[in-house]
Amino acid sequence: MITAPISVPEREHYLNASYGLKSWLLTKDHKRIALLYLATITFFFFLGGLFAVMIRLELLTPEGDMVQSETYNKLFTMHGVNMVFFFLLPAIPAVLGNFLVPLMIGARDLAFPKLNLASWYIFTIGGLFTLYALLSGGVDTGWTFYTPYSTTYSNSFVIATAVGIFIAGFSSILTGLNFIVTIHRMRAPGLTWFRLPLFIWSHYAASLIMVLGTPVIAVTILLLAAERAFHIGIFDPALGGDPVLFQHLFWFYSHPAVYIMILPAMAVISELVAASARKRVYGYEFVAYASVAIAVFGFLVWGHHMFVSGQSVYAGLVFSVLSYLVAVPSAVKVFNWTATLHKGSIALETPMLYTFGFIGLFTIGGMTGLFLAALGLDVHVHDTYFVVAHFHYVMVGGTIMAYLGGLHYWWPKMTGRMYPEILAKLAALTVFIGFNLTFFPQFILGYLGMPRRYHAYPEEFQVLNVMSTAGASVLAVGYLLPMCYFIWSLRYGKVAADNPWGAVGLEWQTLSPPPVENFDEIPTVTHEAYDYVSLPNGSVTPKKEAHVR
Amino acid sequence: MSEHTISTKSYYLVFLALMAGTALTTWVAFLDLGWFNTPVALSIAWTKAMLVVLYFMHVRQSTKLTKLVAAAGVFWLLLLLGLTMGDIATRGWLGSPGK
Repeated sequence: MITAPISVPEREHYLNASYGLKSWLLTKDHKRIALLYLATITFFFFLGGLFAVMIRLELLTPEGDMVQSETYNKLFTMHGVNMVFFFLLPAIPAVLGNFLVPLMIGARDLAFPKLNLASWYIFTIGGLFTLYALLSGGVDTGWTFYTPYSTTYSNSFVIATAVGIFIAGFSSILTGLNFIVTIHRMRAPGLTWFRLPLFIWSHYAASLIMVLGTPVIAVTILLLAAERAFHIGIFDPALGGDPVLFQHLFWFYSHPAVYIMILPAMAVISELVAASARKRVYGYEFVAYASVAIAVFGFLVWGHHMFVSGQSVYAGLVFSVLSYLVAVPSAVKVFNWTATLHKGSIALETPMLYTFGFIGLFTIGGMTGLFLAALGLDVHVHDTYFVVAHFHYVMVGGTIMAYLGGLHYWWPKMTGRMYPEILAKLAALTVFIGFNLTFFPQFILGYLGMPRRYHAYPEEFQVLNVMSTAGASVLAVGYLLPMCYFIWSLRYGKVAADNPWGAVGLEWQTLSPPPVENFDEIPTVTHEAYDYVSLPNGSVTPKKEAHVR
Repeated sequence: MSEHTISTKSYYLVFLALMAGTALTTWVAFLDLGWFNTPVALSIAWTKAMLVVLYFMHVRQSTKLTKLVAAAGVFWLLLLLGLTMGDIATRGWLGSPGK
């Protein structure tokens, strides 16, 4: 008997609802826009990574033998610009936030879908400007664009790069605005503020910074361009300006920008900790308030970047005290995550490995931040590799660990496919080892006095620099692995269940991948977030009457 | 969407007030008011900005949440100016080493 193969019609979801380049480039679906961002920022991540590889190769030997000092200046500048403005800032909000905010609050999309697509275009145009600057000869000011060097003396493509950042900033503002309005107006019935997942609280706080802080860097960049192009005296003392004023304006945004990077990372970690430990996040309300506190206090500490800039000692004292203050809500989060794990039924899947990595590395990054907030100690380690190690522990050890953990955790939801678990665990371990081997020696180098931003150094620093370069090679493998197996999993990965982790968030109550409109029916929320007691298997069917606040 | 009930007449009056403010700024710029030069110019600018925000941007008739958002913007601007001025105003207090 000949039997014809039974063809089961494939269920429609956001990935197969329409085909063709046009359907992606004109999409208003927040999930597709998230994937557009994923592709774009991955490009910038590996571009920035390429510059990092060249920096580390140059520093393998004490002599400046691979590139000249001018080229080295361009390498570290383009590394910083790419990584900060075109990868770290948008990474979690624009990819995971875009994908998950509507799903987590039971909405069909963000409040302004067209604006969301416009944000991606604006971001891409900004990136292309920066790419143009890079291909035309690069920029050598450092990602901080300090004046008067950037306005008067640099012969590189300062304005093109600055315009790229200026344009990309609008993408950030619009995304923040979209999130704020969506969270206020589009929550599912029953989803009160204190039933919201902490992911949403943190993204709300980060959005506040995007909206309130980004215009300031935009204005600062315009002033910089005005002085450079038209010699209007704003920052250059020779023209009657004040170079320290530039640092005030720059860091008013750029310090809170660190919280645009880390708050969404904390958002991811809160979800991962709760899902892995199968417990409500300990002190939920405190963690929620801590997000807002970080966003607000984060605006009051920028002067700690300027202790040796000529800033008044009295202002330095105030900024030092305020900087210690911002450590409190950060510590609240770390302690509460740890307390959540206490007696939890912890599943050591890949996302949890990244979570452990985040908590450890962010703690080291945060604690060394306290060293730098101390007026006296900062004089010793300012502009040394200690600072480089510190902020890489926060931004790379923090944000990228969380980003990768989040990508693994929500990959089944985003694509409907599982990633290969063993390989993923190996990659997580590789990243952790590679990261520490790269950056821990830099703490010691900095403490011993090796300044940042030089392509040559005394011979006694070579061993630690070789360790750091070796670590960077391991780290590169750790970052390439997920990219390879994520792409592999799109075709060959095991088909994912709708809720492979048995988690309780609303995003897990819909199909994997979700339908175009997210939910067949808008859910009504009757439980607080992370209610694993009432919903032990992540099922929407309660085992007992939900505890309603 | 809330209904905006500002009359056309009010818009014209606000516009005239803004024009008058511009003329006043120009006139004051030619007077030497000593220490008051900057405060007077800033006061006129602040008044004009408030007129634009309250009437042309309809904040006066918006919800409390919208007012809160507008106030937050002003508050954050004050943070920027306040802490920056905290540096600039106290920079000379210790003097320079050796002097």
